[in-house]
Formats: sequence, structure tokens, C-alpha cells
Amino acid sequence: MTDLSVLVGGKAGDGINSAGLIVSHLFNQLGYYTYMYYDYPSLIKGGHNYTITRAAERPIGATRDRIDFVLALNQDSVDLHQDIISDKTIIVYDSYRVKSGGQGVDINAFLKEEGAPPVMGNSCIIGAFAGVAGIPFPVLEEVFSRQIPKGLEKNLAVARKGFLAVREATKIPRGSVKPSSLLSGNEAIGIGLLLGGLEAYVAYPMTPTSNLLHFLAGAAEQFPLTVVHPENEISVILMAHGLAYGGKKTAIGTSGGGFCLMTESFSMSGMNEEPIVVVMGQRTGPSTGLPTYTGQSDLHFILHAGQGEFPRLIVAPGDSGQAVFWSQVALSLSWKCQVPAVILVDKTLCEGTFSLWEDLPRMTDEGDLPDSPSVASYRRYAITGSGVSPLRFPPTPGAAIKSNSYSHDENGVTTELPDLVVAMMEKRLRKMETLKKETDLLPAVNTGGEKTAEKTLLCWGSTLPVCSEIAEMERFRLVQPVILSPFPEEALKQALAGTKKTILVEENALGQLQMLCARHGIPVDHAIHRYDGRPFPLEELRMRVREVA
Amino acid sequence: MASRNLITDTQNTWCPGCGNFSIQFALRDAIKGLVNEGVPLENIVLVTGIGCHAKMADYLDINSFYSIHGRTLPVATGIKLANPELTVLCCAGDGDAYAEGMDHTIFAAKRNTDITLIVHNNRVYGLTTGQYTPTSPLGYRGRSTPKGTVEEPFNPLTLMLASGAGFVARGTSRKLPQLKDLIGKGLRHRGFAFIDVLQICATYFNKSELYDTRGYELAGHDTGDFDAAWRRASEWGYDRDAPIGFGVFYQKERPVFEEHFPAAKPTREKRADGIRMLIDERR
Ligand SMILES: Cc1ncc(C[n+]2csc(CCOP(=O)(O)OP(=O)(O)O)c2C)c(N)n1
Ligand SMILES: [Mg+2]
Repeated sequence: MTDLSVLVGGKAGDGINSAGLIVSHLFNQLGYYTYMYYDYPSLIKGGHNYTITRAAERPIGATRDRIDFVLALNQDSVDLHQDIISDKTIIVYDSYRVKSGGQGVDINAFLKEEGAPPVMGNSCIIGAFAGVAGIPFPVLEEVFSRQIPKGLEKNLAVARKGFLAVREATKIPRGSVKPSSLLSGNEAIGIGLLLGGLEAYVAYPMTPTSNLLHFLAGAAEQFPLTVVHPENEISVILMAHGLAYGGKKTAIGTSGGGFCLMTESFSMSGMNEEPIVVVMGQRTGPSTGLPTYTGQSDLHFILHAGQGEFPRLIVAPGDSGQAVFWSQVALSLSWKCQVPAVILVDKTLCEGTFSLWEDLPRMTDEGDLPDSPSVASYRRYAITGSGVSPLRFPPTPGAAIKSNSYSHDENGVTTELPDLVVAMMEKRLRKMETLKKETDLLPAVNTGGEKTAEKTLLCWGSTLPVCSEIAEMERFRLVQPVILSPFPEEALKQALAGTKKTILVEENALGQLQMLCARHGIPVDHAIHRYDGRPFPLEELRMRVREVA
Repeated sequence: MASRNLITDTQNTWCPGCGNFSIQFALRDAIKGLVNEGVPLENIVLVTGIGCHAKMADYLDINSFYSIHGRTLPVATGIKLANPELTVLCCAGDGDAYAEGMDHTIFAAKRNTDITLIVHNNRVYGLTTGQYTPTSPLGYRGRSTPKGTVEEPFNPLTLMLASGAGFVARGTSRKLPQLKDLIGKGLRHRGFAFIDVLQICATYFNKSELYDTRGYELAGHDTGDFDAAWRRASEWGYDRDAPIGFGVFYQKERPVFEEHFPAAKPTREKRADGIRMLIDERR
């Protein structure tokens, strides 16, 4: 079965990410599922950036321990990847900047001949790739014409030079997969939020969710959507409070550091019941850590963030399809139950690019709000059996709508009377049950692999694709809780029923899902951790799983 | 609706003689003025921080968002973005607006969001028992600075002028009719309106005498002249003895922030089309 990996590497500023995307699109056109990993240090020019595109005839979301093609725009692309380069690897390189085996292309000369700027060097090397890989030039033309809005002619001319400058070294066969859209995790989250009825997005730039801000800002006009980038994350979440109070379905995005600044107002959402949805992209901590690398070490922070006790929804999608679906869910349920919600993701998912494996996963219910009772007696925090009080937004004639961060009565006026404090606390806590009833209707725990196997690979978030693949190879069961709060204890126990050995994979050092499982009486036999900021490559994780299985 | 008395029956817990009472009446009357001009009462939203001043949210029978300490303006900005038709005002403390949330104050001026900010500047943290604030005079003795502060106060008026505020005024809880007038002007100003209110704190910092004897009403002052405004605003540095001007120092309209954002809600169809387009672009 065809399963190919292509590394594109160069300096920051060489357009490596877009080159990698074009390579992914070539495979998409050739009939493959694709996944692209993007690795870059925290700098703007120089350094070493690379992408790895993997293509196969099954959905994928992880890289492998070998590389079939290297497209080298700098020496590091060859030197730093010797662990995955073998004598079978086909290398094309910029002969002006790189010394290597394989086929060199004099990119500089071609650019000069065509009067093209240096950034078009990546088109030249892609042309060369198509040449060595036996990809017909019309396929490249098709992809370029879709993906390169500006300077198409010149890019094509430069690519053709690269294409003709090399010998065909292999011929990638056509696959059987229908071409699909390629979405980054960030884009998938954005689309999910839009499907859920998003009206406003507020964020302060921070890797790995900055590109969600850029994506929605770019798309803002056609919806229309209010997109704001304010002075800091404190302001971000408070604007979301104001927007929600005004009746606009709003989401905000950040990473751990930004979320630290938001926690006070996250807790306010627990008290004033404004629906706040946070896209929380984890990266390697603590503190600034490795800004452009991944991690899963903020689960407990998110579970407990904010003073006081209040219900919260946490969803942790594992790939772009899940990101579309669960982002919709987060926005809808946050409004339906008037609780804060967190879409907990990480750099691997946010900045990875995936084939959209299926049609857009949609919720049937867009979370439309139930009609409110008559206005005459409107009380923002009316005590109800479900704990959810009817929402109204200003202007509502005859009503004074009072949102309050203090303990308050049904009207939203501050109170410190013990009985009332208790009644209102219990009203808010009842939303925990209400929320649980909602999440029980959803596939809160995803299962795969061999569903009755005695060995189970347990994972959460972006390790889903790599774990799925291993579970299939090893004929293990795969279990992934997607909702992490309210914790789907029964569903998870059910999914694990009959398991003799549970192996948990997490990209953190202390085992955060493991602790959460323990709290719910769910034992884990072996834990596999990684905390260098890099996602698990397939073979490496498979080996570590086998060591303990 | 204008007949509503606008004061809730919640028990009031301000100290006897507190300057907040004056501000409350001035604000209520200014709101009544707006309502009499045809602004629906339900279109008015009050955002408060945390502190003695913030109890205004409980005491006024209007839409309100009782936020957290220092965080009135970003909430107000969100409300304004959600619905630019609303009249949004903030009651903040000097601790709120000049310490905990100073960044938001500067940015609200920079953005020119159409919000009126009333700072209840009693020059102490009232609710937390009288510690110094950014506008307490040098040497102020509070419980966190028993030997007196060693920091000079800053001047919120020049700070706001420098930040681009299009309406900069100062009033005092000692002069009710003028205060009502200033708040009314602020509410009618299209853009960010900043009103520093020198409020007496009956318990921790009662400067009635200072404001009565050194205070004067700005007269014959050209509110369109930035340099004149700067000179007037610099007269008194919230510290040493100098005449203290009350009135509008500066007023100039410029485009407001929320104009640049969509007010309309996307229809279901438009949204579905947009999503389809985004997906197709990535094929
Ligand atoms: C984040 C945070 N820090 C501290 C406090 C405690 N606190 C409550 S009110 C206040 C100061 C209030 O001073 P000011 O804003 O001037 O209002 P005033 O009481 O003088 O009207 C402080 C520090 C708080 N509520 N939240
Ligand atoms: Mg004060």
C-alpha cells in the first residue's frame, strides 16, 4: 500500500509552510489522504523550518520514521534529518545552497532567467519534486492554479524549469481517494464555530491559535463576523463577556499563558452565567516554554481554572473532523446551558493540516435558544429546575437585565444572605446535571481499533490519529474520551469493559488524563509520556507501546 | 418607563455623607434627561467595576453588568460591539480605572469606543479600607503606606488627553448640578467620554474643603483647543496646592471604533454559503 512521506525544509522566510501545503495538495489531487506536520522554531527569518507531508490511502494524522522525498532549500534539511533519511530517500536540493547526494537544481539561475523573486524558489523545488516523483505537470498546474492566487504564471514558469531539470526517479501511482479539502486544525475549529452560529471572535495573538484569529479575520467580511484583537487577553475575555451579554455568540482563542490572564473572568462566567467559549491551544510549558511546539500539560489547569466551583464544558477533539464537530458542540452547549466551554487542543492539531475525511460533521441542533417567558417579570437568574435561566438581551422593553459577578439574587442584585446564596449556588450547580444530560446524548467517548480486544490504547486530543493507526496495526482497542468535563465516567467504563491492559499515551510528564481516570476509579496499567514538544512519530510510539503491551 | 424612579429598593450601604450619593443622583438625572429626549430606558446599560462606587449597579434600576475589579471598559466595548444602538456607560473607581485596569482606560481612549466613563475618584481604595491609589497625593498615609506614599500621583486628565480621548472633563461630588450637566454631555458625546469625578470619601479621605476652596468652574475656555486643554489640565497635578478646574477641558469628535464592525446578524443561508466557500477554497 502506498504510504509516502515528503520533507520540505528551508529557512524561515522561504515559504516552507506554503510549499508543504502545495505538496499535500499534489497528493490530494493524486488520490491520497494527506497529513502535514509543520515544525518551526520561534523566529521570523533564518533558522530551520520544515514540513512533513504524509500521504496514504487511509486517513492519517502522524508522521513516520522514514522519509521518501526531501526537498531541501537549506543544508539543515539534509543534515538535521539523517535519522529519517535513508539510501532510498530521493533528495532534490537547491544546488546553490546545499551539498547533498540526489539531484541538484540551480534555483537561482532559473529565478534569474524568469525574472522571479527569491520567494518563488519554493515553486521551483516543487516543480523538481513533481519531476523526480513522476507527477504529471498538469496535476501541478491544477494545484498551483487553485492554491496560488498571485503571480500564477511566473510560479508555473519557475516550476516548469525545476520539473525539466531533473530525472524521473520513481512514479507515484494514482490513489483511489476522492480529493477533499485540506484543513488545518485551526481552520477546522473556525468552521465548526461558524457552523455553531459564531457571531464574534476575539483573540490576542499567541501560538498555536494565532492562525485561527487570522483565518476568521480573513473570513469576517463575508458572514459578517465581528473579529477583534484587543490590548491583552484580559480584555479579550471581558469583551467576550460584553458581547455575550449583548446576545452575540462569541468565541475567544489563546494558549496557556493567555489563559492564565483570563482565569479571573473565566470564573466570572461561572457566576454571571455569560456563555464564554475558549479555544485553548496547548504548547510546551511551563511558562513561555517552547512556544512553537506541542504538549498536553494544561488539562488539569483547564479543569480547575478559576476561583470557586462551577460547571464547565471541556472538549478535546483529536483531528480536524472532530474539531469541526466538537467546536460546534462547545458553542451550542455553552449557550444552551449558560456555562463556560473550552475547546482544548494543541499545536499538533491546530497547525497540522488534514484531509477532511468525511462530509462536514454537523450537529442536528444549532443550539437555538428557547423562547423566554413574558418580560414583565423578567429575572436574569430566575431559579429553574434545570438551573438554566431564560436569556434576554438589552434592549428588552420593561426589563432591567442585570449580570453580576457577585453572589446575587434572581434579579441579579448582590446578596450575601446565606439561604439565598445557597439557593443560587444550587441553581448554578444544577446546570452540571443539565449539561451532563446533553453530553450523554453525544459520542463523548470515541472508540476504534478492535473494539473487543483485551488490550486498549487510551488517548486524548491530537494523539488520536497516531494511536488509531497503532491500534489497528496491533489489533488493540482504541479509546478516546473527547469530553473531559463533565467527565463521561460511565461511557468510558463501558468503552473499557473487558480490557485486561490499558496503555495510556499522553504528551506530558505527570500523566494528567491518568490522574483524572484514577479519580473516577479507572485504572491505567501503563503510561507512555513524551514532553519534548514533538508529537509521537508512528514507529517510535508503536515500539514504546509494544514494550509494555 | 421614564416614570420609573430608577432607584432599586436594595438597601444602600454607602457610608453616611459618601460622595457616591451625589454621583448617583447626578447620573440618575442625566439618564432621565436622555430618556426624556427619547432614548428608550432599555437601551441604556451600566457597567461597573468592584469597589464602593460599583454598587451603583445594584442601586440603579437599569440594565447593568457588575463586572470585576478594574474591568469595566472591555466589557462595555463588547456590549457596544454587540449592539451599537445601546448607550453604554461605566462607573469605575480610581483603583479600577487607574490601577487595576489602567491599560483598558488608555485603550478605550485610543479606540474611541462610544462609551462614557465616570471615574469615582475618591483617591483611595474605599471598599478595601483606604489604601492609596494612583491619584492619592505624595505622602498619603494609608494602611499599606503607614509612613506615607513615596510615589507621586499621576494626572488622569493629561493622561487621557495624551491617549486620544475626544471628551475630557472633570467634576466633583461637591457640585451636583454641574456634575449632572457634565455626565449628560458625556453621554451625548459620540465617542469615548472621560469624566474624572473628584469624589469625597467621608470615611478615609474627605477633601471637601480642598475641592470647595480651590475648585473653580472653567469659563471662557475653548474646548476645541488641545493645547489650552493641556495647559488647564496640567494646572493641578492631584498633589500640590493649585487651582482645580471643573468642566469640559477638551471635546473633539472622530470616527468611533464600533463603526468598523458589522452590526447585522448573518442569515443562516449567508452563513452556510460562507462556510461552503471557505471549504471549497481549501480543496
Ligand atoms: C483582582 C482583584 N484585586 C483586588 C480586589 C479587592 N478590591 C476590591 S475593591 C478594591 C479597590 C477599590 O478601589 P476603587 O476602585 O478606587 O473603588 P472605591 O471603593 O474607592 O469606590 C480592591 C483592591 C478585587 N476585588 N479584585
Ligand atoms: Mg476609589
